[in-house]
Amino acid sequence: MSEWFFSKQRSSKDIPIGGLMEEAGSSRHFKTGDWRSFRPIVNDAKCISCMFCVIYCPENCIRVKEDAKRGNFDLDFCKGCGICGKVCPVKCIEMKEEAQFLK
Amino acid sequence: MTNYKAITGGEAVAEAMRQINPDVAAVYPITPQTIIMQKFADFHADGLVETELVPVESEHSAMSCCVGAAAAGARVMTATCSAGLALMWEMLGVASGLRLPIVMSVANRAISAPLNIHCDHSDTMGSRDHGWIMLFSENGQEAYENMFIAVRLAERKDIMLPVMVNLDGFITSHGVENIDVYNDQVMKKFVGENKPNKPLLDIKHPVSYGPLELPDYLFETKYQQIPSMEAAKKAYLEIGKELSQITKKEYGFFETYKMDDAKAVIVVINSTAGTVKRVIDQLREKGKKVGLLKIVMFRPFPYQEIREALQNAESVAVLDRAASFGANAPLYGEIKNAIYDLKKRPLLYSCLYGLGGRNIFESDIEHLFNQLLNKGLEEVNYIGLRK
Repeated sequence: MSEWFFSKQRSSKDIPIGGLMEEAGSSRHFKTGDWRSFRPIVNDAKCISCMFCVIYCPENCIRVKEDAKRGNFDLDFCKGCGICGKVCPVKCIEMKEEAQFLK
Repeated sequence: MTNYKAITGGEAVAEAMRQINPDVAAVYPITPQTIIMQKFADFHADGLVETELVPVESEHSAMSCCVGAAAAGARVMTATCSAGLALMWEMLGVASGLRLPIVMSVANRAISAPLNIHCDHSDTMGSRDHGWIMLFSENGQEAYENMFIAVRLAERKDIMLPVMVNLDGFITSHGVENIDVYNDQVMKKFVGENKPNKPLLDIKHPVSYGPLELPDYLFETKYQQIPSMEAAKKAYLEIGKELSQITKKEYGFFETYKMDDAKAVIVVINSTAGTVKRVIDQLREKGKKVGLLKIVMFRPFPYQEIREALQNAESVAVLDRAASFGANAPLYGEIKNAIYDLKKRPLLYSCLYGLGGRNIFESDIEHLFNQLLNKGLEEVNYIGLRK
């Protein structure tokens, strides 16, 4: 349902009554990454995989690898709030202006 | 078989709640509503209902509690008035916007300031555009019966809207009447089982209530409320017909009293209709052609039916117990809209009365009828005011 839901402008008769979302986990279809004005850039060499950034991320968009190390940032959802950088004890996350990556 | 009880209008509403036995009721006191929930809490304490009674910390919380419980799939009720209804403002729109079948009784009372605990309709009229179905009651018996219609109306799948049952604070809520309390089992069967629409507790079919909607969808979602509100008119008549098999009464959008040949007509809401009827009986004995149109359903508003009912009247006074500052009084404005399409419109007058519980007497109404018959009124009049 979701691709269709988000790709087509449907009429009042074809949407759930009262604005209900009738699909579990549908927020994954609503990509909030385009709100971002600052992008987190990680210096992997300095990262100690303490997982502070993973726990503090309000969007839960920092992945965890199978070996329990910190994984990639999912930029489809990262809003660029910068909390990961603030809580990082070794200061390995730098917030850079999104405009730099627009080319 | 009848079972008369000498009880107040507020207790009559509580009797209806006892028979309906809602799953959840949010309770917060405010005069003069308190008499309703106090009595219902008695029923709860005596084990006569299985309701989860939630004592909340404010009316905003009371309506929030109702919203959450109704979304979970429960049959839900609360009661309030005046400042309490005003504090609910935000959640009133949430309840109707999420299409939750909540039933709330309102013992109409003035809105502050100045602080006043007595009856007028400024509370409920202020909330008239929040998407609730609004029913009004002349007396305790009507309030009692409106509660059953309200539950059925709210829960119908083609409606799914909250319903407000209004009765006059103190005048009706605290006035003792002989109330015909119908058989428990019969009324239980009448309201039937609650079959909630997409309840949150149906974990096999997960849904989210109240997510963000941006300009691309909000308009469509709000539009859904318009045909549903319109459908409430037909549904009300159908449910009323069913109830009339039990009560042997008729349920219309409004009641007409001696209107057939009436030249002068008073349009009014709630308890004052009773006084008007008495005056009409007296004036009819003197041969004066006077009548009453008493509004029961205010939202949705029955424009067409009222237009037809007023087409033969010569002069009509619309009595409002609430002002709309800088605009036509609420009921007057609606009646004016309703008669716009008549080829021959009656003379129409606005009469503001009864604010903050100011009494209106038979002599006031008799005087008004005489003024109507002699067409001696201003467009806007104030009954009982020391101007």
